[in-house]
Amino acid sequence: MATQKKRDTYLQAIIKQGYSRRDFMKFTTYMAAYMGLQNSAIGQITEALETTPRLPVIWEHYQECTCCSESFIRSDHPIVADIILDKISLDYTETLMAAAGEQAEAAKHDTMKKYHGEYILCVEGSIPTKDDGNYCCIAGKTAIQHFKEAAEGAKAIIAWGSCASNGCVQSAAPNPTGATPIHKFVHNKPLIRVPGCPPIGEVMAGVIVHVVAFGKLPELDRMNRPKAFYAKRVHDSCYRRAYYDAGLFAENFDDENAKKGYCLYKVGCKGPMTYNSCGTIKWNNGVSYPIQSGHGCIGCSEDDFWDNGPLYERLTALPGFGIESTADSVGKAVAGALAVGIGVHAIAGTIAKRKDVKRRVTKGQENEEHLKDE
Amino acid sequence: MAHTKNYKRVYVWQLPVRIFHWANALSIVVLSITGFLISNPPAFMSNAEAFDTFWMGQVRAIHFIAAYVFFGAMILRIYWAFAGNKFAHWKAFWPFSKKGIKNIIHVLKHDIFLLPEKNPNINDISIGHNYMATTAYILMFLFGLIMVFTGFGLYSDNATWWLPKLFAWVPSFVGGDFNARMLHHVSMWFIIFIIIIHVYLVLYHDWLEGRGEASSMFSGFKFVRKERVDENDE
Repeated sequence: MATQKKRDTYLQAIIKQGYSRRDFMKFTTYMAAYMGLQNSAIGQITEALETTPRLPVIWEHYQECTCCSESFIRSDHPIVADIILDKISLDYTETLMAAAGEQAEAAKHDTMKKYHGEYILCVEGSIPTKDDGNYCCIAGKTAIQHFKEAAEGAKAIIAWGSCASNGCVQSAAPNPTGATPIHKFVHNKPLIRVPGCPPIGEVMAGVIVHVVAFGKLPELDRMNRPKAFYAKRVHDSCYRRAYYDAGLFAENFDDENAKKGYCLYKVGCKGPMTYNSCGTIKWNNGVSYPIQSGHGCIGCSEDDFWDNGPLYERLTALPGFGIESTADSVGKAVAGALAVGIGVHAIAGTIAKRKDVKRRVTKGQENEEHLKDE
Repeated sequence: MAHTKNYKRVYVWQLPVRIFHWANALSIVVLSITGFLISNPPAFMSNAEAFDTFWMGQVRAIHFIAAYVFFGAMILRIYWAFAGNKFAHWKAFWPFSKKGIKNIIHVLKHDIFLLPEKNPNINDISIGHNYMATTAYILMFLFGLIMVFTGFGLYSDNATWWLPKLFAWVPSFVGGDFNARMLHHVSMWFIIFIIIIHVYLVLYHDWLEGRGEASSMFSGFKFVRKERVDENDE
């Protein structure tokens, strides 16, 4: 792939692959819809993909489970996966490339040299920093070395999934390998974070297509997430939201309310704190998403979701007080202690100041006796 | 026969201070109750369809309205810290002066740890707040600020008005909605702790000193020993 002399445009590559132009048009329409663009943008995307040479991409895998790639290749429209895996001339990805060993490394270095400053670096997985980064080594080099090498000539960097975006499970306390999200290493490059464990395939495709079609990064929020997909809470697009507002909650996963499909807020749904498109784009060709399947959102696209307390309880753990302590249990204990302290103080005060009180009472009584009668 | 101390009536708490106090108190009570309901809604088993009930939505609406009252009262009080009398002025709250530290030590010794006073000094008796109290109110104000920032920050996403949207940066600033909620919830507890102590100490002073401590927040008047009041005119 990297040895190609002249890069095809997207349309050319798609036609070569055996798709019709109609398929291509369907695909651009899908993408515009996912990105929340208006009708007129379909033309722009189509034109861009017809005329732009394919974007060279290096896709690195560090500490991760490859669920991001899996999510990708299961995305809705076949071209969605193809555009990423074939059409964007994916020059290096451990999971799916045919090359192996030295050949693969050579292909990567080839791309890095030939398209210096042009290629997109996609990173799946976090980077371990403890013990010189020994916990993730590929081809004899640590993930830190690989990343710094690849990031140097990248035009933009995309952090796929929660591992690369916020560290995910391997960075949960006590974080034995020092797993670190990649934005901690990037200081002078455009960076997109696409969190989720995994992110939705269509979201991943949407981000890539946006970069390709418009030649710039999609509009990002304060945490570098694309606004088109991470601007709303799962809670705010949830089809069970009506039950939340009505105060109808499942108390257990096997109670009558759960069967009726009531809101899963009280069994630990993290939808109200989680920004993602699960409620609208859904998963597996729009079949369902966790809440629709009867399980609360675990907040997989939020920072440190593993350390934010039990997944099946409403209240998050209070840091520094152990797993079982919630803000409420600690608060009640402190309020109780205060009440006891106040009781002790009231009694001690009565004793300590008894002379003052007695004096005032006596004088007050004397005054009362000397009230002038009318 | 012993004499009762001669007391003068002094206007301490101006009307805006009192309005602030009770608006603040009322909104905090409402915010805490509705806040607890939102964080852990009670289990109402109901045959009603979702379109028939909206109590969670109403609880949240009350929470948001009370939040605006809380915020409005806070703005009023900040304004009055510059426009009000000397007891309301921000300078009266700043405890880190020689006088302030001395007063805090006095309050700690004799009001909190109940040590006997050998030579009571009339100037140790505060007319407005004592500096121990102002320290607590500064803390309370900081927790109130945390509440305003995290609260409007969490609310901003669904808001249509520009004011809450000004706080949209807060959740990402503190590391996401999880942390923003945690801060919001924990700050509520700290405010509750401060209120428990505040109410107790008001009653304590009212009962031991008989200077109208509790009623002053209704009438505005406190009773001050004649010796502390210069009487040139009479």
